Amino acid sequence: MNVRWAGFALAWLVVQSPLRSARIPEPVPGGELRFCLHAEPKTFNTLMVSEEPDEVVRFLTGGVLIRMNRETQALEPELAESWRILDGGRKIEFKLREGVRFSDGSALTAADVLFSLRSVLDPALHSPAGEPFRTGQGKPLVSQPGSRRILVSLAAPMPGVERLFDEVPITSARAVEKSAHPADMPGLGPFHVVEYRPGSSLLLARNPFYWKRDEAGRSLPYLDSVRLSIQQNRDLELARFLHGEIHLINGLDAESFERVAAKSPGEARDTGRSLESEELWFNQVARAPIPEYRKQWFRSREFRRAVAQAINRADLARLVYRGHAAPAIGPVSPANLAWFNANLRVPTFDPDAALARLKAAGFSLAGSALHDREGHGVEFSVITNSGNKSRERLATMIQQDLARIGIRLNVVTLDFGSLIERITRTFDYESCLLGMVNVDLDPSAEMNVWLSSASSHAWNPAQTSPETSWEADIDRLMRAQAVETSFKRRKALFDRVQEIVVEEAPVVVLVDKNALSAVSRSLGDVTPAVLHPQTFWNIDRIYLRGGAGR
Amino acid sequence: MKPLRRAAMALLAAIYLAALAAAWLAPAGYARQFRESPDAKPSAVFLLGTDELGRDSFARLLYGSRVSLSLAPAAAALATLVGAVAGVSAGYWGGWIDTCLARLMDLFLSVPWLFLLLSVRAVLPLNVRPLESIGITFLLLGLLGWAGPARVLRAAAHEVKSEDFMVQARARGSSPVRVLSLHLLPNLAPVLAAQFWMSIPLFILSEANLGFLGLGVAEPVPSWGNLLAGLQNLDAVAGCPWRLAPLVLLLVVMACFHFIVPMEDFSK
Repeated sequence: MNVRWAGFALAWLVVQSPLRSARIPEPVPGGELRFCLHAEPKTFNTLMVSEEPDEVVRFLTGGVLIRMNRETQALEPELAESWRILDGGRKIEFKLREGVRFSDGSALTAADVLFSLRSVLDPALHSPAGEPFRTGQGKPLVSQPGSRRILVSLAAPMPGVERLFDEVPITSARAVEKSAHPADMPGLGPFHVVEYRPGSSLLLARNPFYWKRDEAGRSLPYLDSVRLSIQQNRDLELARFLHGEIHLINGLDAESFERVAAKSPGEARDTGRSLESEELWFNQVARAPIPEYRKQWFRSREFRRAVAQAINRADLARLVYRGHAAPAIGPVSPANLAWFNANLRVPTFDPDAALARLKAAGFSLAGSALHDREGHGVEFSVITNSGNKSRERLATMIQQDLARIGIRLNVVTLDFGSLIERITRTFDYESCLLGMVNVDLDPSAEMNVWLSSASSHAWNPAQTSPETSWEADIDRLMRAQAVETSFKRRKALFDRVQEIVVEEAPVVVLVDKNALSAVSRSLGDVTPAVLHPQTFWNIDRIYLRGGAGR
Repeated sequence: MKPLRRAAMALLAAIYLAALAAAWLAPAGYARQFRESPDAKPSAVFLLGTDELGRDSFARLLYGSRVSLSLAPAAAALATLVGAVAGVSAGYWGGWIDTCLARLMDLFLSVPWLFLLLSVRAVLPLNVRPLESIGITFLLLGLLGWAGPARVLRAAAHEVKSEDFMVQARARGSSPVRVLSLHLLPNLAPVLAAQFWMSIPLFILSEANLGFLGLGVAEPVPSWGNLLAGLQNLDAVAGCPWRLAPLVLLLVVMACFHFIVPMEDFSK
């Protein structure tokens, strides 16, 4: 932009600013936000949260030292005014915010934070929030070096450890002395539980002592209350939204999204690529009860790459997800802003090149059927979970794509339990089509997937030593990034892991699904993000247009 | 023959013939995906439009009719035959045979089939071609569906056994085979026929449920079961009435069956 254009743009902005501010309605305090929980909360003890409904309640009622901004994916100070990493990543020191009070009016003290962190990190308590800290290299120690300072000392450096505190709840040291009734639990979040009707609903009221204020100095949150209806049936949830009974739905599928869009276009929100992908992998387990010649195919890099090349990912995204998905680029979605390898490109769909690759690897096409060197017809099955229409359609489309290069694919749908049994214990399968979700953005959280010794190393889990040189490379790179403190060097190491996965194609990542949600137009300042909790991550800023009017 | 019965037979024959002539009537085939035309409305090219993957819905309906109209009656015949052998044996001979067979029927009716079918799926090979899956599906249905008809036939056999003509036949010294073939079975024929016709729609719908366990007719082969399963989303169907064609055809076929074999015949 030259200077003249820059000047014009500045003038335009100056002229527009009063108009824009006049158009944007001021947040109006009051009103009740309503949405659904998809199951009964199992616990109100924030230290023991493990399932989604519990997490939702914790997010709305609990406080944390550091919060990840779901929109920018940057860490922001919350109950900790600041923090710093010391001793090469072995220690993290928090400076606590002053003047913070629990929902019962009592002040947050360093003793509360000490109690919370020690409880979470106590192996005897088995707090799910403490699991990422249990590296097997020793128990982290928590101390109080100053009146408002808390120091966590780790047994070994943990790069990116600060992100884990987004999930570590801070609770009152006196909470255990009180009744287990949720209404008695003092919290530090924007809301606190006032009524729980098992099987029906949960009512959260505004925390009158919540510490945050908006730019104008007004107390947050704007909403008076949040009512969570316990509703397992997603169709009923959608019907309730369409009838205006609830204001939000997270994680819509493409069909439901289209229904919302058809009825009320402004209320269907497509946030773009999410961290959820659909993947296909081949069974490479040596002891798998499948014919040896098929194992040879699946262990052949050229075979796997040819299959990857023969699948039309763009068609999968367009037809199965009605355009609310995108062809996957690699094992990490571009939605992971910090760790996605931007040098990777969407694999090209080229059945002719795939066939040429197979021929170079010793396969031959006789009529319309592909045969290997020993004359075996290339035919294998893909298993996926029954009842998931999208996956069944993906499999059917892949079936036709592979038929073009002479591969016969048999689609088998299994109930989820049988499928998990086959892919984790008996290994009695040939290929599998399943979805993957990255809930943690940091690569260290994916050690259980990429290390060859890991139990979730889908295509060949729990290897005693890496069976291929490229898996040995991945092991080395993943271990190196896990102890590297420089983000730049960690990124370079993890970028290489992503490149190896694309080059070797042990997992053919098909599509990245979009994050779809429904948001009532009566709500203000809702900015859906790809990270949980998608639509209400900034709950303290959300308001109802007209306050209690709706 | 009543005109309605003749019309039903003619209509059923026409549907059967259309299903058999699917390759000529719908040359696009049931599996080919016209990916540039997903969810298309009916047109000269696609008489019933296309499904979400761009497959010709008319072709899928014809091929699906071929599968279901051929194999559901075969499975119903198998179930009725096995049920007849067990039920008539139990009802006619009574005593310990009746006790054992009745317990077996109760057992079959009380078994949680969902879990048993999961075990069956576990022992079956994964690499089953779509056409083989059709045979396996309907064979399973036929073999597992015998207990219901058996119970009804046992009760009917019990009743017929105590009729005067049966007592007279036995008093004359007729052999059990003669009593069974000349006196008992002809009197049970309406019940047998009723069980057979009633099983057909049941098996067509059961096939759709088996698909949920990975035992149904495998993709891309269509069947009425998996075509009907596509109607679960009522909203998607609301604006596209032509998508109800599989349901309409199923109702028409079942009505034809009932007109061909009127219910009053069963109560003779």
